[in-house]
Amino acid sequence: MNQPSSQPATPDLLYSDVEDDLRSAVRGLLADRCPPTAVLARIESGTPYDLDLWRTLAAEIGIAGLLVPEELGGQGASAREAAVVLEELGGAVAPVPFLGSAVLATSALLAAPAAAGPLLKRLASGEATAALAVPLPTAPGAAFPGSVRVAADGTLSGRITGVADASAADVLVVPAVGPDGPGLYEIAADAPGVSIDVPVSLDLTRPIADLTLDAVAARLLVGPDSAADALRAALLAGAGLLASEQLGIAQWCLDETVRYLGERHQFGRPVGSFQSLKHRLADLWLEVVSARAAARNAADALASGSPDAAVAVAVAQAHCATTAVHAAEECVQLHGGIGMTWEHPAHLYLKRAKADEIALGTPGRHRAALAELVGLPA
Amino acid sequence: MTTEPAGTPDEEGLRHRVRALLSAHDPASTDRLAFLRARFDAGLAWVHYPQGLGGLGARRSLQGVVDAELAAAGAPENDPRRIGIGLGMAAPTVLTFGTDEQKARFLRPLWTGEEVWCQLFSEPGAGSDLASLGTRAVRDGDDWVVTGQKVWTSNAHNARWAILIARTDPDLPKHRGITYFVCDMTDPGVEVRPLRQITGEAEFNEVFLTGVRIPDAHRLGAVGDGWRVAQTTLMNERVAIGGASIPREGGMIGTVAATWRERPELRTPDLHDRLLRLWVDSEVSRLTAERVRQQLAAGAPGPEGSGLKLAFARLNQQISGLEVELLGEDGLRYGDWTMTRPETVDFFGRDAGYRYLRAKGNSIEGGTSEILRNIVSERVLGLPSEPRTDKDAAWKDLPR
Repeated sequence: MNQPSSQPATPDLLYSDVEDDLRSAVRGLLADRCPPTAVLARIESGTPYDLDLWRTLAAEIGIAGLLVPEELGGQGASAREAAVVLEELGGAVAPVPFLGSAVLATSALLAAPAAAGPLLKRLASGEATAALAVPLPTAPGAAFPGSVRVAADGTLSGRITGVADASAADVLVVPAVGPDGPGLYEIAADAPGVSIDVPVSLDLTRPIADLTLDAVAARLLVGPDSAADALRAALLAGAGLLASEQLGIAQWCLDETVRYLGERHQFGRPVGSFQSLKHRLADLWLEVVSARAAARNAADALASGSPDAAVAVAVAQAHCATTAVHAAEECVQLHGGIGMTWEHPAHLYLKRAKADEIALGTPGRHRAALAELVGLPA
Repeated sequence: MTTEPAGTPDEEGLRHRVRALLSAHDPASTDRLAFLRARFDAGLAWVHYPQGLGGLGARRSLQGVVDAELAAAGAPENDPRRIGIGLGMAAPTVLTFGTDEQKARFLRPLWTGEEVWCQLFSEPGAGSDLASLGTRAVRDGDDWVVTGQKVWTSNAHNARWAILIARTDPDLPKHRGITYFVCDMTDPGVEVRPLRQITGEAEFNEVFLTGVRIPDAHRLGAVGDGWRVAQTTLMNERVAIGGASIPREGGMIGTVAATWRERPELRTPDLHDRLLRLWVDSEVSRLTAERVRQQLAAGAPGPEGSGLKLAFARLNQQISGLEVELLGEDGLRYGDWTMTRPETVDFFGRDAGYRYLRAKGNSIEGGTSEILRNIVSERVLGLPSEPRTDKDAAWKDLPR
């Protein structure tokens, strides 16, 4: 393609009343159950995921089934609502497997509602939690993974490293290649032949896991005709919605830094009155409000099935990933010494932001995708 | 048959009025100015203005409906680029602070473009610190006599009227001794001298005011209240951004993207990386502006608008810089250094070298990027201001 890109339809970049209500419900619960002190206490406890909180979010507020149609037991909502939830979860660095289960695995399964119906029902109710077994850095345009093979007897063998939310999952949705071609398979996380190793992760609140499968019994969910498309759609939805998590991270870092600089005094005045610091925060604020527009645009494009979704997602990732990292780095720096301590929560946001920058395609990969999508070849 | 309901017209009501205007004044056979006057009198100039002043008290967001219908019918425009200061700054100020006589006198010819307006705010000694301005206005009977020097005045050489702020009481602290006037640019005491810019042309002017007589009837707002009136002017300058949706690749990025597509021989990996970064930044900035527009249309303006000019200035400068570099040998050439006096402000036209140089003004005009960062950090983020020694002292005692 070597022409100017086509004009997208005008997206709805605001929040609806329903979305505002959902945000309030999630925010209220997180304020009560997931303050930074609680997250800090949990990360080294051996149970990094807060599965009680996750069950409450899933069952009482219904966030696990947001993307699942009502006839399959879900909320029948859209990417717009899931995005609002991710803003809040990001803002609390909440250690719950929403992205892995309710976004990535669920989006992949929605490609085959007939075969995956029973599983989607269990995921939507919060009765079960799933993970999509791909390395977290996988970008939406990546080739179908070939590291897991399907044997003639239908069992899966192979290895997948760097999988997000797998250690909290009951069910793994595994892309694998068999004699008939690619497929998405369901396996139980505790099935014989599955080993889940949890290495030390940079991101303390969303640890990764390395999976080894040795002749594991599996059920085919999505066959060769649509497995690649289903995986691509799931990765696109994941990348697009991750932008809202990044927005939530960035907004927390900005708000917390502004609050601190208004209180902290040096040289007889609040340090937030020095122009050199104010100007940095003004620039960061502009990045964050721009991230909000970009993230809303991606969520709206995914929700409406817009032909512009691939561009909207790539733009949102290229901007929001960078903004979250920048906001977290500014948060650490402008807090001075306290920002460098384990007891201050800034590092949780920095680690999540840096891991999110790699997740589902780095900003550079998304820019490379845009070069193709909008006709600006190298 | 559509009947017009009483009160504020909705979208259908506006379409009805547009059709009535077009059938009474066929654009194909009506004189341009006659059509524009008729449009104003029909309340279709700026529909959110009051009845009798070019509007119908309708929602501002419905203006797009009227503009699109009239454009489709081939109706003449009032050339908003030529009269931007009148439309964006003088008109909302006259509307908010003007007397009935002032509104009736000024708004119609302002909107039709019969009378061009300029802005006499900045001075050689009062730039970012505008409130320290020294142009004096002294009461003399029913008049004020104004003496001083203004600068960076776009379109002063075409203007019939100016919005002017001047010091009426030097004994008060600087923000409190200022009064706002409408100045007649044809007064013999007004001298306009071109101020040549780094682009070679003279878009701006210096304006020397020597004993200019302004009737008190041309004062906007109360004596001493000029700073507050000026805030309305400056706020409206920023709101004006939120008008229409900008298309993807609208603005400067579209020009460099077109060059990139047309001239593969110019491409390098470094330029490609930088182009894509700026493309993303431009698209994100476009979406941010769109979000501001939607907030305004929904009646809930957000603070984002304050930051848009910061982004606009940075992007224009970076993109135009990249474009000159991309052009290589062609980047060594420049269109024309001859001093001309353009009718309109042109950011995007002409050649890459011009765009590069003109964009340097984007972070200075209408509030420097540094002042805008102060505004964002203090008014949006609520951070404390720097300690100030000049706020409460009498203007006449300030060092300068």
